[in-house]
Amino acid sequence: MAYVKINKDRCKGCGLCIQNCKLALLVIVEDELNVLGYHPVGFVDGEGECKGCKFCAETCPDCAIEVYK
Amino acid sequence: MTTEAKDKPKKVYGRPESLKDVGFHFCPGCNHGNVHKMVAEAIDEFGVREKTIGVAGVGCGVFLYNYIDIDVLEAPHGRACAEATGVSRVHPDHVVFTYQGDGDLAAIGIAETIHAANRGEHITVLFVNNTVYGMTGGQMAPTTLLGQKTTTSPYGREFMGEGYPIKMAEMLATLEGTAFVARVACNTPKNIMAAKRAIKKAFKMQIDKMGFTFVEILSACPTNWGMDAVTANKRVEEEMIPYFPLGILKERTTADYL
Repeated sequence: MAYVKINKDRCKGCGLCIQNCKLALLVIVEDELNVLGYHPVGFVDGEGECKGCKFCAETCPDCAIEVYK
Repeated sequence: MTTEAKDKPKKVYGRPESLKDVGFHFCPGCNHGNVHKMVAEAIDEFGVREKTIGVAGVGCGVFLYNYIDIDVLEAPHGRACAEATGVSRVHPDHVVFTYQGDGDLAAIGIAETIHAANRGEHITVLFVNNTVYGMTGGQMAPTTLLGQKTTTSPYGREFMGEGYPIKMAEMLATLEGTAFVARVACNTPKNIMAAKRAIKKAFKMQIDKMGFTFVEILSACPTNWGMDAVTANKRVEEEMIPYFPLGILKERTTADYL
């Protein structure tokens, strides 16, 4: 089963990973603020759908996403 | 090995080893982060971290030394290619690359770039083209698209006053000294993969002493374009790529001095 780990304190909430996740498993967590003052992205994968395609991590400009497979 | 250990998910993608574990100062959605990551991955792939020297130009990429774990020199405005020439001649066994923006390379540093390319210096030039002067506040650059509004072209760039955007990659591809010229983008995962391949190819050709290698990377500057990251990436696709076509413009198979 694949999953991603998000370093929330590096995330700037730009939304590029959300745009590139074809399964829509990433969302902006509106009620959370990180040390930089942004709403970070959260990984929501209740049914284990993530395939580990790495698109989110490839497009993340801040290297905040790690992919495990 | 127990079954449990075998089934445990392994890390398949993470921060490259050469990229220091510090946060970038870039704005949200800025593609400089992607390019830094690609450069670090290329350095890791060839295992040349101990003998790579970077030369950072002026602009948002100036803090290269903070992020990539290699030796980095700072070049004054536009002179990165001239400085890299010196470094590569003194250290012919090292990998030397410059990291420049469009305000740096295509405006004030155009002479140094063209002559370094014409001499076929063994350096790699990474040219991050985001069509504005990013760090100084979004002024018009030589690569600003026609009709684009910037702080110094508030009514949009017009040909009659400011000329057409310069296509650096095409211009350098005509010179005999260049061995590899490519234009890539980092707006979609597919383009990012192609960009990675092009950067690795450029490093490889430099290691093989083929001549001057140049990679132009189309990048988004959401802050100075006045849009969010997702819209900025869409603009790269819809406005920049039609004017600055992607692809490998020149690839030499033999060094021309042989």
